[in-house]
Parts: sequence; structure tokens; C-alpha cells
Amino acid sequence: MITADIATALPEVVLAGFAIAGLMYGAFGGQDRVAGRLLWATAGLFVALAVWLGLIDSGRQIAFGGMYIDDAFARFAKITILLSAAAVLVMGQPYLQRRDLMRFEYPVLITLSVIGMMMMVSAGDLMALYMGLELQSLALYVIAALRRDSAKSTEAGLKYFVLGALSSGILLYGASLTYGFAGTTLFSGILAGVTEGPMPLGLLFGLVFLIAGLAFKVSAVPFHMWTPDVYEGSPTPVTAFFATAPKVAAMALLARLVHDAFGHAAGDWGQVIGLLAVASMFVGAIAAIGQRDIKRLMAYSSIAHMGFALLGLAAGTEAGVQAMLIYMAIYVTMNIGTFAFILSMERDGRPVSDIAALNGLAKIDPMRALALLVLMFSLAGVPPMVGFFGKFYVLQAAVDAGLTWLALAGVVASVIGAFYYLRIVYFLYFGEEGAGLDATMPAVQWGFLMASAVAMLVGVVNLFGIETLAAVAAQTLVH
Amino acid sequence: MQEMLGAYLPILIFLGLAIGLGMLLILAAVVLAVRNPDPEKVSAYECGFNAFDDARMKFDVRFYLVSILFIIFDLEVAFLFPWAVAFGEMSMVGFWSMMVFLAVLTVGFAYEWKKGALEWQ
Repeated sequence: MITADIATALPEVVLAGFAIAGLMYGAFGGQDRVAGRLLWATAGLFVALAVWLGLIDSGRQIAFGGMYIDDAFARFAKITILLSAAAVLVMGQPYLQRRDLMRFEYPVLITLSVIGMMMMVSAGDLMALYMGLELQSLALYVIAALRRDSAKSTEAGLKYFVLGALSSGILLYGASLTYGFAGTTLFSGILAGVTEGPMPLGLLFGLVFLIAGLAFKVSAVPFHMWTPDVYEGSPTPVTAFFATAPKVAAMALLARLVHDAFGHAAGDWGQVIGLLAVASMFVGAIAAIGQRDIKRLMAYSSIAHMGFALLGLAAGTEAGVQAMLIYMAIYVTMNIGTFAFILSMERDGRPVSDIAALNGLAKIDPMRALALLVLMFSLAGVPPMVGFFGKFYVLQAAVDAGLTWLALAGVVASVIGAFYYLRIVYFLYFGEEGAGLDATMPAVQWGFLMASAVAMLVGVVNLFGIETLAAVAAQTLVH
Repeated sequence: MQEMLGAYLPILIFLGLAIGLGMLLILAAVVLAVRNPDPEKVSAYECGFNAFDDARMKFDVRFYLVSILFIIFDLEVAFLFPWAVAFGEMSMVGFWSMMVFLAVLTVGFAYEWKKGALEWQ
């Protein structure tokens, strides 16, 4: 019984064992001197686990009395999380090394947060959900303040912690209401309770509070206020991590919660998520226009992108979940490339994040400028790039579900948002040459930037097959 | 729904009572108390001297670390106690669950010790 449960959750168990062993190795095996080795080992393990999860096809398995669900949906999200975390670890390494931020706790904390994320996407119970979420968040609070002697970084950590604690409180309140009215914390039990007649008012309140708590984590408007400050204050590799894996995990968790536990009340949560989606798309698009710091700009960009992913979820259909998964996979790929570029933004060896520094980069380093151009077009959703297809799937799902006005709002918001992406392209190619950027870039970051840009172009052929994978994943989730 | 809410009625009454009584006592001080302040009365009292400095001083963060450590091991004992009481009828799963829990705590403690967080000078 227990051995079967552990076998089902073996990837998480392996990762947890690795985190503990890594911590001990770091503490007793040479402190920060072994940090680089530990980081590469962690990234290698992430990739190995992703391959393993991709190869096993165990169907749908349930462990720990329904608390842990292993299905195609969870595996899709886990592979995305693991690969993006590995990429962020590897490409952040030169940056951390140079700024003397290479602590051996960094890969360990990333591992712990990844375990939390894997638990989140596999959660089949409100308590498992909360446990995963907290494990993920606590590790992230610490790495946000990784640069201890910088006021901005500690501020980012503290801000993230306080608002994260508030959102956890809201989430827990919703969970307690749900438990009070459904009589169980199991998603399947809540689902069985909802079928009979209209949804009780208390359960509806519970649902709304749960969604609000999770909206904090995906930084959907109006729960987004922490995002720009935390993105700006954290060290850039940490920002890159914040913008990728945790977003996938929180989005997948939200999808699982609304479908597995409240699948029969799609009309109720569809409105709430639709509102979050529209607000996020517009605030993300409009507020980014005034930003001069590229990390803050990416924060608003991620808010807008979360709006689009939520739009797919708001449709409440299988196609909607599929579109959301495709969107998140594309979003993560684009962001890894963009952050590989941001990590390399240096002038005389010092990091800069002002977008004016991009002026005239095309003349200094045409390859890099071209790659960033492709990524910016893709982020904006300009047709030949993969980013367009992400938006296309989401909008199609929304229209098919009868949410035409939501889809129209999405199109308008994406046109507004295109402005600031294109402005970066303008700076690159037509900006007046100023102080500029250094023309050197660590090979790892260059590799990720180019790979991501090439993926945005080549992916047009068949989206690397994620379409069918996402369809299978969505099928297991939506009943 | 109605029955369910009925079951929570005592809590509602208690909440009402707690808030009402609290408000009453605080407001009574405002309304009834005689107030006749002068500078000597409202200044901080420090054993007959004038106050030396601000009461808001910085504490060493290590106090916080020690208190956190205390809470962790306090909770550990709180978990261990019922475990020890039920030890006789326990399955192997129960036994090993606690062993894993203790091992994880020990790892954290060893890390903290090795990092020098407990050195006090």
C-alpha cells in the first residue's frame, strides 16, 4: 500500500532526497565552493526526471488516498516545470558566479520549490494543494532575497513574503469554507457534492476565495501588485525563475482545482476567471508602456500573458485547457530566451536593466539583436512566430465556448501590448547609439537565447508536437 | 444550509459578545475616565530617570533564529508525544514516518550548526 504510493510519487521522493543530500554535501563538503557542481547536478537531475516522466506512460494513478494524482495533465506540467527550471539554473550560473552570489543553497532551494510545484500540479486534495504551494513559496521567498546586502533584493523578498502570506491566508480561508460546506477536502469528494442542485452559497464563497488566493500566485490583476517590485528587486536569474516555472505550476494548479473539484460549476468560476483574464490582459498591456526597466517591463508582460492563459481556462472546456497548456509551454520558452538576453545585459561588466541601453545594439551585435527581435515579435504575438499560435489557440477556445467578447478584449489588449515589444525592437535597430551594451555574452546564455529564438521560428511547423500532448493532458482533466 | 448555519450560532453569539464587550471596555475608558494630562505624566517612565533613548531599538537577528529553532523543536516534541504514547499499536509506516521526520529536522539542524548560525560572539 504505502510502497505503491511512494512508487507513484517517486519523482518527488527522489528530488526530496536529492535536496537533503545536496544540502548536507554543501554544508560539509566545502560550502560555496561546491555550489557550481551542485547547480549542474541539480539541472542534470531535473532533465533526467523530465525525460523519465516523459517516457513512463502510467495512465492515471492515485496515491495517498486520493491526495496525489499522477495523470497526463500532471506529467505535462511537471515536464515543463522541470525543463524550464533546469534551463534557468544553467543560464543563471555565469551571472551568479560573476556577482559572487553563487551560494550552494541556491540550487537546493530551487529543488525544494520544484518539489513544491510538482506537488501542486499533482494535488488531489486541498491539503496537498496547500502543502505544495507553501513548499514552493517558502523557497521562493528566500531566493528573492538572495542578495542579502542589497536593500532592493531584501525588500523584494520581504514584499513577496508578506503578500504571499496574505494570499495563503485568503486561500486557506477559502479552503476552510469549502471544507465546511462540502464536508471533505478531497477534490473528488467536493466534485461529488457539487452535482446535486445549485451550488450552496458557502461553497461559492470558498471557491472565490480559493481562486483569489491562487490569482496572487499567478499574478493576475487585481492581485498583481507585488510582481513588478519583486521582479525588479530580485537578482535577475531569480526573476527568470519567477517568470517561468512557478507560473506554470500555479496555472496548472488552478486548472486542476476548478476542473477536478468544481467541474460541474463551470458557469460560476468561468465568470471569475474571465474577469481576472480581461483585467490582467489590459493592465499588463497598458501599465508596461510607461516602464523603463526591462525587468519591470517583463513583469507586466508576464501579467498580460497570464491573462491570456486564464482566458483559455475561462472557456471551461477541454479545448480551453489544451490552449492554456500550449500557451504556458510557449510562454515559458519565450521567457527563457528573453531572460537569457536580460542576464547578459551588461555595460563595462556591470549589469544594466534600463531599456535605453538597448539603443543601437543591432550595429554592435547583430545576431543577438536579431534573436531578441524574434522573441519580441513572438511575445507580442506577431503571426509568423510561435507566440501567435499560443494566442490563436486561446482565442479560438474562448470563441468556441461562446466567450466572443472576452476574445475580442484579448485581441484589443494584445494590440496595445504589441506597442512596448515593438518599441524595444525600434531601440535595437533605429535607436540612437548611446552608451550601449557590451558585445560579449556567456556561451550558455547565448545558446539559450538562440535556441529559444530558433524555436520560435521552427516551431511554426508543428509546435514540436506539444499540441497532441496538451490535448491528451486536457482530456484527462476535463470530465 | 440553514441547519448547518444553525450549528455555528454559538460561535456567532460568542463573536458578538467578544467584540461587544471589548468595545464596551475600551469606550468606557474614553467616556468615563478623568483625563488631565501634563508633560510629566505622558512621558515615558524609566525608574525615576528621564528616558535614556528610544524604546525602539534594534535586536540582534540571532535572537530570532534561536526562537525559531526553539519553536521547531517544541513542535517536534508535540508530534513525538502522541507518537510515543501510541507506540505499542503502531504500524511500521507510522514508525518510519516519524523517523523520516526526525531525520529531516536533524539535517536542518546540522546545516544551521555548520553554517555557524548558533555561534554567539
